[in-house]
Amino acid sequence: MDFRFEVIMRYLPLLLQGMKLTFQLTITAVAIGTIIGLFVSLCRIASFKPAAWMAKGYVDFFRGTPLLVQIFLIHYGFPQLFGMNAFPAYLSGIIALSLNSGAYIAEIFRAGIQSIHRGQMEAARSLGMNYAQAMFYIILPQAFKRCIPPLGNEFIAMLKDSSLVSVIALQELMMSGRIMQGRSYRPFETWVTVAMLYLVMTLTISQFVSYLERVFGKDDHGE
Amino acid sequence: MITVNNLVKVFGHLEVLRGISCHIEAKEVVVIIGPSGSGKSTFLRCLNQLEKATSGEIIIDGINVTDPRTDINAVRQEVGMVFQRFNLFPHMTALQNVALAPMKVRKQPRREAEKLAMDLLERVGLQDKIHQYPEKLSGGQQQRVAIARSLAMRPKVMLFDEPTSALDPEMVGEVLEVIKSLAKEGMTMVVVSHEMGFAREVGDRVIFMDEGLIVEEGDPEQLYTNPRHQRTRLFLSKIL
Ligand SMILES: Nc1ncnc2c1ncn2[C@@H]1O[C@H](COP(=O)(O)OP(=O)(O)OP(=O)(O)O)[C@@H](O)[C@H]1O
Ligand SMILES: [Mg+2]
Repeated sequence: MDFRFEVIMRYLPLLLQGMKLTFQLTITAVAIGTIIGLFVSLCRIASFKPAAWMAKGYVDFFRGTPLLVQIFLIHYGFPQLFGMNAFPAYLSGIIALSLNSGAYIAEIFRAGIQSIHRGQMEAARSLGMNYAQAMFYIILPQAFKRCIPPLGNEFIAMLKDSSLVSVIALQELMMSGRIMQGRSYRPFETWVTVAMLYLVMTLTISQFVSYLERVFGKDDHGE
Repeated sequence: MITVNNLVKVFGHLEVLRGISCHIEAKEVVVIIGPSGSGKSTFLRCLNQLEKATSGEIIIDGINVTDPRTDINAVRQEVGMVFQRFNLFPHMTALQNVALAPMKVRKQPRREAEKLAMDLLERVGLQDKIHQYPEKLSGGQQQRVAIARSLAMRPKVMLFDEPTSALDPEMVGEVLEVIKSLAKEGMTMVVVSHEMGFAREVGDRVIFMDEGLIVEEGDPEQLYTNPRHQRTRLFLSKIL
C-alpha cells in the first residue's frame, strides 16, 4: 500500500484555503438565490400573466440547461456580446451560482406556498387584509417551515455544484485539489482528502438543517 | 343592509347561482338551507367577494361591492366570515389570531389590539386559552376563536358558512350559543345552517335554495311546518 499521510499534511493549508472559498461561494449563492427565489416564486403565482411567464422562462432556463454552460455563458459569453472585459472569475462564479440556485429555490418556495390550504388565504382576505399582507403574515411563515428540508437539500446540491466554477480558474476546493495533484503526483491522497472536506461541509449542513427543523417545525400541524 | 339583485355566478360551464335577488335588513338574522351543491357557500362567498360575481349587483351598507372600483378590502373589514373548517392561522396563538387583523389592517397599537382580543376571547368563553395554538384546541373552541377573530374587526355583518357542521355533536351547542348571543345584540347575520332549533330560535327568516335559485323564503315556523313548495317539503323530509 502506497499511502503517505505527510503529503496530505503538506497540502492541507492549500485545500483548507479552497474549502473556505467553496463555502463562501455557496453561502453567498444560496443567500442571493433565496432572495431571487422568493421574488420569482411570487411572480410565478401572480395573477399578472406577463410576470408569471417571465418567471417561468427564467426557472425553465436555469433548471433545463447545464450549470457548466451557464458559467461559460456568463463568464465568456456576455462580455463578448457587450464588448466588455470579463468579470472577475469570483463575480462570474457568484452570478452563475446565484441565478442557478435562484431557479431551484423558486420552485421550492412555489411548492411550499401552494401546499398551504387555500382557506388560509381566504380567512386572511376576509378579514380585510390585502394580498401582500396575507402573503407576508399568513402564507409565507407557514410555507417557509415546510421549505426548510428542501432548502437544505438545495444548499448541499449547490455546495457540490460549486466545484464547477473551477473551470473559470476560481481556486475553490476542487481547483485546489487539482493544483495539489499536479504538484504532488499523489492523486489518491489528494482526492480522498478533497472528498473528506466536502463531506465535512455537507454533513455540517445536514446537521444544521435538522436543527432548524426542530426549532421551527414544532408548532406546525399543517392544514 | 344587504341588497342582492339578480346575482349570477358561473364556474366554467356550471351555472351555480342563476339569478338570486334578496334584501336583508340591518339586525336581521337570515338562515339559508338547501341541498348540497345548491350554491349556498358560493352565495356567501360572493357577498364578500371571495368569489367574483359573473353578473348582478350586491350592495352592502350602501356600497356596491360588485363595482370593480370599490375597495374590496375596505368592504371586507365590515363583513366578517366564519368558515366550516375554521381556518385559524396555525402558526399563531388564539390571541395572535384575533389581534392580527386589528393591528395590521386597522393599524391599532399592539396593546390595544391585544386588549380587544382578550375581551373577545373572554366573551366566547376562552379566557383560559388565549395563549394556546389552534392544534391544542377542540373543534368547538377553534370555531369560537374564529368567531372572535372576525368580531375583532367590528363588522357590521357576519356571514357563517355551516359553522357547526364540522364539529362533533357535543360541541355544536357551545358554538351556537355564541352565535345566538350575537343575534341578541343585534348583529346582522347570514347563516348557512341546517340546525333547525337554532333557526327557529334566532332566525328572522329562512331561505331555501335549490339549484342556484331561491325557491322559497319565509318565517322559520311557517317554512319548517308548512312549506309552500314541493321541493322544500322534499328537502325538509330528508333532513328531519
Ligand atoms: N371554485 C369552484 N370551481 C368550480 N366549481 C365550483 C367551485 N366552487 C363551487 N363549485 C361548484 O358549485 C356548486 C355549488 O357549490 P357550493 O359550495 O356553493 O354548494 P353548497 O350549497 O354550499 O353545498 P354544500 O352543502 O355541500 O356545502 C357545486 O356543484 C360545486 O361543485
Ligand atoms: Mg357549502
